[in-house]
Amino acid sequence: MKILVGIKRVVDYNVRVRVLSDGSGVDTDGVKMSVNPFDEIALEEALRIRDAGNAEEVIVVSAGGDECQQQLRTGLAMGADRAIQIQVSEGLQPLSTARAFLKIIEREDPGLVILGKQAIDDDNNQTAQMLSALWDRPQATSASKLELSGTSATVTREVDAGLETIEIDLPAVISVDLRLNEPRFVKLPDIMKAKRKPLDVASLEELGVAVEGNLEIGHFAPPPQREKGIMVEDAAQLVEELKNRGLI
Amino acid sequence: MTEREIMEYDVIIVGAGPAGLSCAIRLKQLKPDLMVAVIEKGAEVGAHILSGAVIEPAPLDRLLPGWRENPPSVCIPVEKDELWLLRQKGRIRLPTPPQQNNHDNFIVSLGSMCAWMAEKAEALEVDIFPGYAASEIRFTDDGAVGGVIIGDMGVDIGGNEKDTYMQGIEIHAPMTILSEGCRGHLSKQLIRKFELDKDCDPQTYGIGMKELWKVQPGKSKPGLVQHTTGWPLDSKTYGGSFIYHLDKDRIAIGFVTGLDYQDPEFMPFEAFQQMKHHPMVHELLEGGEILSSGARAIAEGGYQSLPKTEMPGALLIGDAAGMLNVPKVKGTHQAMLCGMLAAEHINDTASSKGFDAKLRDSEIVKELYKVRNIRPAFYKGFWRGFIRAAIETVTMGKMPTTLSIHADDSTLKKRDGYTPPDRKWVDRDLPPRDRLASVYFAATEHDEDQPVHLQILEPDICTTRCVEEYDNPCTRFCPANVYEMIEDGGMRLQINSGNCVHCKTCDIKDPYQIINWVTPEGACGPNYQNM
Repeated sequence: MKILVGIKRVVDYNVRVRVLSDGSGVDTDGVKMSVNPFDEIALEEALRIRDAGNAEEVIVVSAGGDECQQQLRTGLAMGADRAIQIQVSEGLQPLSTARAFLKIIEREDPGLVILGKQAIDDDNNQTAQMLSALWDRPQATSASKLELSGTSATVTREVDAGLETIEIDLPAVISVDLRLNEPRFVKLPDIMKAKRKPLDVASLEELGVAVEGNLEIGHFAPPPQREKGIMVEDAAQLVEELKNRGLI
Repeated sequence: MTEREIMEYDVIIVGAGPAGLSCAIRLKQLKPDLMVAVIEKGAEVGAHILSGAVIEPAPLDRLLPGWRENPPSVCIPVEKDELWLLRQKGRIRLPTPPQQNNHDNFIVSLGSMCAWMAEKAEALEVDIFPGYAASEIRFTDDGAVGGVIIGDMGVDIGGNEKDTYMQGIEIHAPMTILSEGCRGHLSKQLIRKFELDKDCDPQTYGIGMKELWKVQPGKSKPGLVQHTTGWPLDSKTYGGSFIYHLDKDRIAIGFVTGLDYQDPEFMPFEAFQQMKHHPMVHELLEGGEILSSGARAIAEGGYQSLPKTEMPGALLIGDAAGMLNVPKVKGTHQAMLCGMLAAEHINDTASSKGFDAKLRDSEIVKELYKVRNIRPAFYKGFWRGFIRAAIETVTMGKMPTTLSIHADDSTLKKRDGYTPPDRKWVDRDLPPRDRLASVYFAATEHDEDQPVHLQILEPDICTTRCVEEYDNPCTRFCPANVYEMIEDGGMRLQINSGNCVHCKTCDIKDPYQIINWVTPEGACGPNYQNM
């Protein structure tokens, strides 16, 4: 069985994101970029499945400009066997990404597709669901536990009410949540090995996918600045101040 | 413990700063088949680099001819120099000393310049490994340096292996280059082990703090280089500020204080913030926002403090040795030239032997010699220093005397019988509010569940002698609020190591020399942007 894992290049989670003054986006000048943390968890899970003997190959896929090859190499250094870059010049919206992934699925015929539940830049949480529908295969989203048995998988999902365990037939799309595992550190010699692993590039045209913009972004704005607070003496004053402001 | 995995290189370079990267690039230019690796503890190249920075372009011209067609992302030609002596309210324009004439120089972000240099090095097939900390030196059987050991990852605060534990590997190389920058923790060990400093004065340091600001449109005058001295420092404390005007309404502003200050109650961070509230600076910053901030110690001892830079199997280069030219307020060109000289020496001799003599005979150390008396002249206060500096400058360092340098850890006055100067500090309204707010802009990050990387060798001293004698100066000299005295049934020292920005000030200034800075897990520490 092959496992396909999606990887997105995003602004690193440690970076303090700043909105550009013209509201057209966020400032990425000199900003550290990394693999989306949920995608790292997805890859870790795929590698564990392979290392346990339940899969033969792990393929990392990313849709992006050539700079995303850096993140694919990180995936290869973590242990993926090969990488595919879907070459695009601008950021894809979830539906286009799902369509492009479907084309890769048709080529590679994986038994399992594992994606991060969402990317930390746009927080969409859409691609896995859309891919499952387009592919017409089962989905299990926000997975915090995953067990494979033959042609099916038992997945524990993190849902608003708590945990939900479902069984799905393979092939399937699984999106992963934070508690599923803790990704490994990359070993230094594996960075060197990753440089020699295959990385194929496929353009959207080659895949026959047209870029669609179903969503239009109006503008970006930072959250409003908090106003300076006041110290209150006691509960009575607190109530009075809240009343004065029309808050209660 | 299992045998560590081993990787072999011809040259291993510790630290991807201007010295290390220049050395790597020059090595590959001279000998393309040489296997060269650079280890960098920052999560990426530039993440731990903090500098003004105005640089002299001559070394870049030599190392990367044609660089001007494709310069680093922040690179603004200097248009004008100004030097101001600040009083609390007023200011006096001083003549710009010749060393500070920046005609033909460039204002850069050294962090982004290093990232840019790393790309050039990688194009020459240098293997650069950001996110990995060289935690120990590997010695060969005959006692020579034979490479480095990468720190283990996935170890908990108690020293136990976590599920993600990964043993660090050994990198073996017949030549190890230490380019860790000022007060590198491996360089420190090697200087001690090989007694590299036995014939020189102690090193003296400064702490530099910097903020990158986006100011209101029109306030930044790209290419303007301003330096200030005077207020808020008293005349016994050495230091001053830099204000570099960048493009895109950005200002790089910073403050450097000599770590030989005497007042145990002095807080360098507060001095920086006070300086920002001088009317001249306040006007510039008002209405703007901070993009990034951080701190780093610098070596100021120069010629007299220069240790021997060679030992069996290894070389010290750049600020790890102490190449900074204080009156010029620059070290990058020196670091780069030193890295290139090291590369040429290795190419010629394949040995560390003879490098020190070559370095001392070079333009690099000659430049340090010329200005050797300027920094120590200020030991006797600002005005005497100012006059001596002028004399030394006019005579180009040809006066026969050489003033000696003192160690920073011995300059603090004990509280008993000492009255700190009345600093008349003002109420502040510009951000950051305090050190914690400042650390936020450094985007510093450490996995909390790892061994504390600030080792206190004799913790009892902190709660006994130090309280009495110096009132725990670590709680003030640290720009990141790492050290706090906490009252819970008696005083104890709390170390917020997660805040650390890897500036090394504590390792330097602690009067008992019981703070030992070691490297945390790789990729931890600040994540500076365009610093």
